[in-house]
Amino acid sequence: MQFLSQLKAGQRAIISAIEADEFLFHRLSALGFRVGRPLSIMRQANFGGPIQVRLGTTDVILRASEAQRIHINAI
Amino acid sequence: MKRIALLGMPNTGKSTLFNRISGASARVGNWPGITVDLLSAKILLGGHIVELIDLPGIYDLHGFSEDEQVVRHFLTHNPVDLLVVLLNSTQIDRQLSLLLQLKKLGFPIVLALNMADEAKRAGITINTESLSTALALPVIQISAKYGDGLPKVLQAATEIINQQQAKTNPQSIALLLQEENEIEHEMQALVQRHVQIPATLNDDTTDKIDKLLLHKWLGLPLFFGAMFILFQLIFTVGAPIQEGLAWILDLFRAQLLDPLFAGTPHWLSGLMLDGIYNGVATVAAFVPIIILFFLVMSMVEDSGYLSRAAFLMDAIMAKMGLDGRSFVMMLMGFGCNVPAIMGTRIMRSRAIRLLTMLVIPLSLCSARLQVFIFIIAALFAPKHAALALFALYVMSFFTMFLTAVLFQNQYKNTEPFILELPPYRFPTFRQIVLRGSHEVKHFLNRASKFIILGVMLVWFLSNFPSTAAPASLDTYAGKIGLFFAPLLDPIGINHELAIALIFGFVAKEIVVGALAVIYGLQGDALMAQMASQIDWVQAMSFMLFTLIYTPCLSTIATIRNESKSTAFMWLSIAWSLALAWIVSFVFYQSARYLGF
Ligand SMILES: Nc1nc2c(ncn2[C@@H]2O[C@H](COP(=O)(O)OP(=O)(O)OP(=O)(O)O)[C@@H](O)[C@H]2O)c(=O)[nH]1
Ligand SMILES: [Mg+2]
Repeated sequence: MQFLSQLKAGQRAIISAIEADEFLFHRLSALGFRVGRPLSIMRQANFGGPIQVRLGTTDVILRASEAQRIHINAI
Repeated sequence: MKRIALLGMPNTGKSTLFNRISGASARVGNWPGITVDLLSAKILLGGHIVELIDLPGIYDLHGFSEDEQVVRHFLTHNPVDLLVVLLNSTQIDRQLSLLLQLKKLGFPIVLALNMADEAKRAGITINTESLSTALALPVIQISAKYGDGLPKVLQAATEIINQQQAKTNPQSIALLLQEENEIEHEMQALVQRHVQIPATLNDDTTDKIDKLLLHKWLGLPLFFGAMFILFQLIFTVGAPIQEGLAWILDLFRAQLLDPLFAGTPHWLSGLMLDGIYNGVATVAAFVPIIILFFLVMSMVEDSGYLSRAAFLMDAIMAKMGLDGRSFVMMLMGFGCNVPAIMGTRIMRSRAIRLLTMLVIPLSLCSARLQVFIFIIAALFAPKHAALALFALYVMSFFTMFLTAVLFQNQYKNTEPFILELPPYRFPTFRQIVLRGSHEVKHFLNRASKFIILGVMLVWFLSNFPSTAAPASLDTYAGKIGLFFAPLLDPIGINHELAIALIFGFVAKEIVVGALAVIYGLQGDALMAQMASQIDWVQAMSFMLFTLIYTPCLSTIATIRNESKSTAFMWLSIAWSLALAWIVSFVFYQSARYLGF
């Protein structure tokens, strides 16, 4: 099992589970983070900054601490 | 009266559509969370007067940030006749969830798929007819920005509000909101059947620009470089226009007003010309710079670059207990602190909201910019002018960062940081004009309220009692100046400047007006007079103090409203006053010690 936070720029994966409190869960799902959906990592900001993730037609940035709540299977 | 509400996820173009339909000038920007409060307008639709409401964006009906609560509260307390739900066509694959949630609640809905232009460029096709049948509601593709599809939306809306009698029942909505599930599959099925999205989008302009602007090492330098150039641009283009306008207004007085008032009593011509006219004209000369400033600002806000700035700065902001969104609010504060403070509503944790609200008032807003341009033009050689202004911007950032670092332990938070990165967009000419005229109206509104009253008061204080020589130490203003002398002498602020500072508490625009009144001069003469009375060290100290202490009464009121805490408001005032004094003191004394 892998977390979204472990992926490198350019990698692709499929979301396998989301572990978050209610607020975060709903916000993630409204932005397109849903189990079974593919995503790809566009880039990461310097100094351990946020990562940019592309889900379908939406680009989202999030911190590693949030990316850690998202389980993925790399493809 | 019938009521129609615009609803959708953040940044889908609700306010753009609202402006289109109602002719209003609600603020628009390529940043999720521009609108944070209800806006309403009356429109004529199918022979009825209808109330149209622009709501803040919501991601879903479970959101609990303040802007989302505004929407929940609205839906659960106000009956509506129709929801116009806006989705971004290019992101329909995820945004449909909100529509399905709303539909389950039984709202009458017209679905407007906005940004048809972008969807077309990206190669996304949506079969609106079959989707409309599947959803059993009218579905119309529109482009709010360019006005396409608008008549169809209005027609569909008219049909619905005309045929249907009962409004929604807010209580039952409140009940239904508590239970609601299983939207997932429905959404996937709908997208699969009625929408075609190419594997890679046809339009990759945004990706190409991001390769450069979000570059690992070039991103931040490019950001600060661009900011520097923008401010230089405003300064180099704006300052001569301001001087020209001041000259014209001066000429107007000499040629027309002076002869006109020649026969009136001394006090009347004094009040009207030295007081109100000088004060207001000096401020009015800055209108072109303000317009220019907000044109640039609106382009930045609409470009989508703000979210990129959040991306680039988040790691640094995290070290100060803030996040990338806080940084965007600081940048918005460069226009005006008030909407920036309201913009913190998108944050859910109270701690990070308060910390952000504590730093925003230190952001060098356009009103303070006027004061600085004015004083810099009077006291600095042209070749040093740009540098002096730049130093003040650096100082603004420095004090914001310092404040955050010092207070971050009081406002610890675990707010998650997730933000959409919208594509780059360019405002249309229409949007730019709308925004510019909105800011001018805002300025004139403030001018008529604060500035005229303020300069009249300053004129009175610096001309009475009538036995005293104007602006001397025997006037009321002089006495107030003397009273504060023990505090202000150590930072090099003389008694003339003192009274301007005190009135600057109300609004920074008054400061320049007050200086004109105190010295009884305007335009070049005023600048020459100031240059003969104070030197650049005093001027810099005065500007530092002006930069850091409380921006204006409106900001204070907004802080009070948004934090819902009077204690926090006082903390903000006290902290900014103390910091202002300390910074000015250190600067003034060390400059003097070094022999300047
Ligand atoms: N290309 C394109 N851009 C649009 C269209 N409609 C709106 N926009 C842009 O989308 C951005 C967001 O518009 P707003 O009207 O502020 O969106 P909003 O839904 O009110 O956003 P919030 O108030 O933050 O929830 C702005 O940059 C608009 O210029 C459209 O039809 N096509
Ligand atoms: Mg809006």
